[in-house]
Formats: sequence, C-alpha cells, structure tokens
Amino acid sequence: MAHRERGDLDGRAATDAPDAPDAPRRALRVERLGCARGGRWLFRDLSFELHAGQALALRGPNGSGKSSLLRQLAGLLPREHGVVEGAAPADLAYLAHQNGLSLDLSARENLALATRIGGRDLSPAALEAALEEVGLRQAAATPARRLSQGQRRRLALARVRASARPLWLLDEPTAALDGDGEQVFARLLTAHLEAGGLAVVATHQALALPLPRCIALTLGPASSRPDPGIAPAPAASPMEFAP
Amino acid sequence: MSMTGIAPLATTSTDAVGDMTRSGAPHGRSGDLADAPASHARQAARPRAHLLDHPLDPPLDQPLARPRRWRALASPVVFDRWAARVVPWFAGAAALLGAAGLWIGFVVAPTDHQQGEVYRLIYLHVPAAWMSMFLYLVAALHAALGLIYRTRLSPVMARALVPTGAVFTAIALWTGAAWGKPTWGTWWVWDARLTSELLLLFLYLGYLALVSAIDDVRRADRAGALLLLVGVVNVPVIYFSVKWWNTLHQGASIRFDAAPSMASSMLAGMLLMALACWAYAIAVSLARARCLLRERHLEALP
Amino acid sequence: MLALLHRDLLLAARRPADALGPLVFFALVACLFPLAIGPDPALLAVLGPGVIWVAALLAMLLSQYRLFEADLADGSLEQAVLAPGGALAVVAAKTLTHWLSTGAPLVVAAPLLALQYDLAPTATGVLALALLIGTPALSLLGAFGAALTLGLRGHVLLALIVLPLCVPTLIFGSGATTAAQQGLAAGPQLSLLGAALLVSLVTLPWATAAALRLAVE
Repeated sequence: MAHRERGDLDGRAATDAPDAPDAPRRALRVERLGCARGGRWLFRDLSFELHAGQALALRGPNGSGKSSLLRQLAGLLPREHGVVEGAAPADLAYLAHQNGLSLDLSARENLALATRIGGRDLSPAALEAALEEVGLRQAAATPARRLSQGQRRRLALARVRASARPLWLLDEPTAALDGDGEQVFARLLTAHLEAGGLAVVATHQALALPLPRCIALTLGPASSRPDPGIAPAPAASPMEFAP
Repeated sequence: MSMTGIAPLATTSTDAVGDMTRSGAPHGRSGDLADAPASHARQAARPRAHLLDHPLDPPLDQPLARPRRWRALASPVVFDRWAARVVPWFAGAAALLGAAGLWIGFVVAPTDHQQGEVYRLIYLHVPAAWMSMFLYLVAALHAALGLIYRTRLSPVMARALVPTGAVFTAIALWTGAAWGKPTWGTWWVWDARLTSELLLLFLYLGYLALVSAIDDVRRADRAGALLLLVGVVNVPVIYFSVKWWNTLHQGASIRFDAAPSMASSMLAGMLLMALACWAYAIAVSLARARCLLRERHLEALP
Repeated sequence: MLALLHRDLLLAARRPADALGPLVFFALVACLFPLAIGPDPALLAVLGPGVIWVAALLAMLLSQYRLFEADLADGSLEQAVLAPGGALAVVAAKTLTHWLSTGAPLVVAAPLLALQYDLAPTATGVLALALLIGTPALSLLGAFGAALTLGLRGHVLLALIVLPLCVPTLIFGSGATTAAQQGLAAGPQLSLLGAALLVSLVTLPWATAAALRLAVE
C-alpha cells in the first residue's frame, strides 16, 4: 500500500523537522525510446536526459507523437523499444488531454479523492490552499459537471500540484485556459521546477517563462520542420535554451 | 550532463513508402516498420529479402545453426518459408490417411451388433471431438506464449487455429446429433458432455467475435489471448464430464490404462481418422497463419 | 484501494438510477415468464428457479458495460490505473461496487419474486443463498467482459463472450434451487457453486486487470 502522509500541500509531514535534508537529485533518462502505433513508427531511438529543475518542452504538429511519448513515460503505453529511467509510477503525475475528473463529484471532492487515490492524504486546510492556488475557492462545492472547461483544467492542474510528485508529465496543460489561467499554470510550473522537480510539457504555444534551464524537443515530419538555421521559437521567449 | 538545446537535426530522408517522423535535438531517428535499422546509405542499398522482412529480425544470410532451429521459427520470415514447404506434405498426408481411415471404417470394420451401421459416424465424431479440445489447448498455449514472451508469431498462430477448432467442434456436435437420434431417440440431450462441447463452440465464436471487433491489432491479439486462457478451464470439464456426472453419453472408449473395448479394425479406423484430422488441422492452420501474416504486413505499410 | 472504493461508492450513490435499473429489469423479466408460459402453478413451480436465475444473470450482465465506460471517457480511469494499486485495485474496487449496487439488491429481491412462482420456503432460502454466492462470480465475469470490450461499439459483444463463461454458475445455482424445490439435498450443487466462485476469484481479477491495461493504452 502506498505510504500516506497527512500533511500540508508541499508534502511536508507534520512531524518533519523544519529543514529537511536535501532531496536526492532526480533525473529522467530516456535511451533509444521508440513508439510504433498502428504499424508506423512515431519516433525511434529517442534519447534525452532531464535533471532536477529542468523542463522539457515537446513541440510538434498534431499526430507527431507528443501524447504517445508522454503516455510511454507515464507507463500507460508499453515501452517495448528503449529504456526509461527515473519515471517510476510513484514518481510521476500525468495530466492527459482529458482532465481525469469524475463529473458527478464536486471540485473539492474530486481533489480530495484524487490525491488520496494517489497515496496522499491532504488536510482540509491543504485542500483549500490547493483550490485557492488555482482560483477555484469559490467553485469548490460545485459539481464538476457544472464547471467550465477552463475551470476543469485548473482543477486538474491542482490535482497535479497536490500530488507532490517530482516528475510532471503534462499534455497541453494550457488548453482551454484563459490568460489568468495561463499565469496560474506558469506560477505552478515555476514553483515546481524551483523546488527541484522535473517536467515534460507538450504544448503548441511557446511558454513565456523566465526559466533558467529548459530543453526543447520537436517531434514531427521533416517537411514541416522549420529551417534549422532559424530558432524554432520566438526570440522573445526565454524558455528556449541557448547552449 | 544534460543535452544541449536547439541543435539542427540531421535530416534522414525516407523512401516513398515510409512515414517521415523524426525526433528532436536529443537525437533520434525516423523510419517505418519496413525500413532496415541501418544507416541511410545502406538502407537504400539492401534489398528486402522477403515480403515479411522485419528490421528487428536477425539477418537471413547466414544459415541457422542446428540448436537454434526451433526457436528461429518465431521469426515470421523463417516461419513463412518453413510453412510453405511443410503444408503440402501435411495436406497430402491428411488426404491419404483420411482415405485409408474412411475405407477401413466404412468397408472393412464389422457391423456393430448393437447399433448397426449408424455407429460408423464414430469415425468422424470422435476424432473431431478430440481435435476440438486439443486445438483449443494448443491455441491457449500459443495465447499464453504470446502474453508472456511477446513473440510476434504466437497470437497469429492462435488466430489461425481457432476457426479450425470451431469447425471441428461443429462437426462433432452435428455428427453426435446424427448418431444420437437413432441410438438414444433424441437429437440432443442436455447432459454434461454435450453441454460443455456446445459451450466450447460458443467460446470459439466469442474469440472470433472479439478479435474482429477490435481494430488495433496488438490489443486484439492480447485481449483474445486473455479470453482463450480464461476459457481453457472448460476443456478438462468436457473431457472428464463423463466420469464426473452420470450422463447419457457413453464413457471413454479409448483409455491409456486399459485395453480398448472395441474390435481392432474399428480401433485402427478411428486412429487413422484421428491422424488424418490432425494432419488436416496442421495444414489448414499453417496456411491460414501465412495468410494472416501477409495481411498484417500489408496493413502495416502506410 | 480503499480510496478507489470510496470514490466508486460515492459515484454509485450519486446515481441511484444506475442501480435501480437492473433491479427493475430483473423483476420485469421474472414477471414476463408467467405471462408467456401460462399460469399453471405446477409448471411455474418447476420453472421458477431457472427463470429467476436467468433473469438475475441477464440483469447483472446487461449493466456491466457501464462499469468502466464513464471513467474511461472522463480520463479518471487512466489516473486510477497509474495509482499505487494499479489496474488490479481498480478492478477490485469496481467489481465490489457493482456487486454491492446491483448484485446485493437482486439477492434481496429474489425471495419476493419467488413468491410469484410459489416456491417452497426451503427452496426460497436456497435460492437466496445460491444468489448470494453466485452474483459475486457473475460480477467478476462481467467485469472481465467489460474490460475486454471497453471502448468498442455495440454492447452485445460483452454478453456474447461472457455468457458461455457464466454457464457453470448458472447451472450449479439453478440446480441447487431446483434440488431444494424437489426436496433433495442442495449441498453438492452449492459447494460446486462455491468452487466456481473461488476459481473466478483467483483467476479473473488478474485477467481483468490485464485487459484494463490494454484498454487504457
């Protein structure tokens, strides 16, 4: 059974000493990963390494295998070719295209049960804090069915945040979010990376975040790739990593 | 040390058939399932050795060492060639053995003093019933192998065996009914053996329905394998049902631990027919497996 | 797994119509047979156990397709599969919830329907006991079929592949009740029924979990 910690939002149990020793340096290592679906290779021999505090931005047109890569890292798709290290099920939080919410439960119930299913028991105060963080405090008691798409996405982000897992696998996290929601996401992601977490984010848009270290990875057909001489993202976005 | 960011990618062009997908700055490659994993220069040069050539198979140019012979059959290409050579022999054997068995059964063997001429259906009914159970067990074995070892050929063999098994089950039920009417006075009776044989037919049909309803080949294979394995419990029930329950169906005529209770010519006829059914099943299943492999390979090309 | 169970029970409680549907279906089918066959009491008493069992089987089976569908659609199924318990915990929680919401009401309602068929009191008792043992097995089998056919069009396929597997349970359960109705000992049939339940319990959850992982890919 999963080890339950009843505590606050950041995973510090009530009995922990105020300054805990450094968490082990985590890394995600992928070696020669391949994914074949429907008889076609989506990608092959994919290798990369991600360290604590880094984010990997997955780019590419529709159908290029971004979601499949995330699902392989999450363990939902089998990894028949290649090796993945550092993505144990207990270490990751996965946000799919769908929100993973039961529509008949309220926002608060969804969050509480989802985190409990993941092995964490949040105190009521921590739950409220999580909902506040994504701007859903007013809508906490509303059934998920009556929330808007953007609100549901925020709730899903709250779930990822509350899981306190080091590796975040996010598939189009800003889909259906308004400008304010995108800021919420940026805040959450930055805080997560600064606390030593890792993230793999599939996104169509450039995430304008003042991040120190980030890797871009583009999947997709050769014909649609931009000229390698030109940076594939607007120069204004500091998310891109310059060697 | 983490990988650097936006380095230009080495472009790998593909042939007209392949799908062009590539991975990014952290290095990777593209290709479709029919391409060789070698570098691009060799990719164009190497001719495809066989229709079913697959890049993950060992190359075919060196002869197979004898100790590895059987396991090499797990490769679709090797299997295809072997099956192509072997099927005609089994088909011929089935024809010859079948002719001999039927001749002995219908011409040479004496008339049964209790049941008259109608007992001769035994020469078709009993081998068909044996094969129906045996083929299910073999299909379940392939299903288990496919699930555990993820061999590519095992689900194909299971799919190839099931229709033949269903046909034999239907023959067993039909000839059994034709035999039952004059002997017991009824076409059908709901005793343990007949009921479980009918269930076996439904299990076969259920498998066929399931694998044809799922579009994704991999999921269809594994789901079908699970279904076969869960249903395998039915086969011992059929076999032992005459011992466990009082049924109208007669007991086992051929046992391993006692002398058979029938005339030797009848026994010979039945054994010949059993061998004929077995050879027929092998020939037909292997031929079907070859067809399935081709279907899959064609679907795999974009 | 308890958290999963908590959530599933909460969801089942929020939609009581889902649990009532099979119950009403059960009652309806059990009422249809006397209308179709005729009111002869002796005939009904003979057919009663079998009819009630078939109605229970159909009522449980026809509601099973919904077991995983809703969660697959809103994405919570794959989140649950990623949880510490894995697919096995999901299967256990869902099957238990299904039995509590669908199977247990059938066990309670069956004696009332047995009155229609004029079954003897001992037979009614054996019927309830047999359903108590048999409905969990039917839940397990139905969950297996639901996982195999998850996401496929048409719900008949589930019944098609699961009904042959349900037959032993049906035969033993109905046979036990018929034996009791005729005044014979029902013990042997009941113990065979228990054996069927045990076999289902030790094989099906793992097969269902494997099928669920396939469906979630």
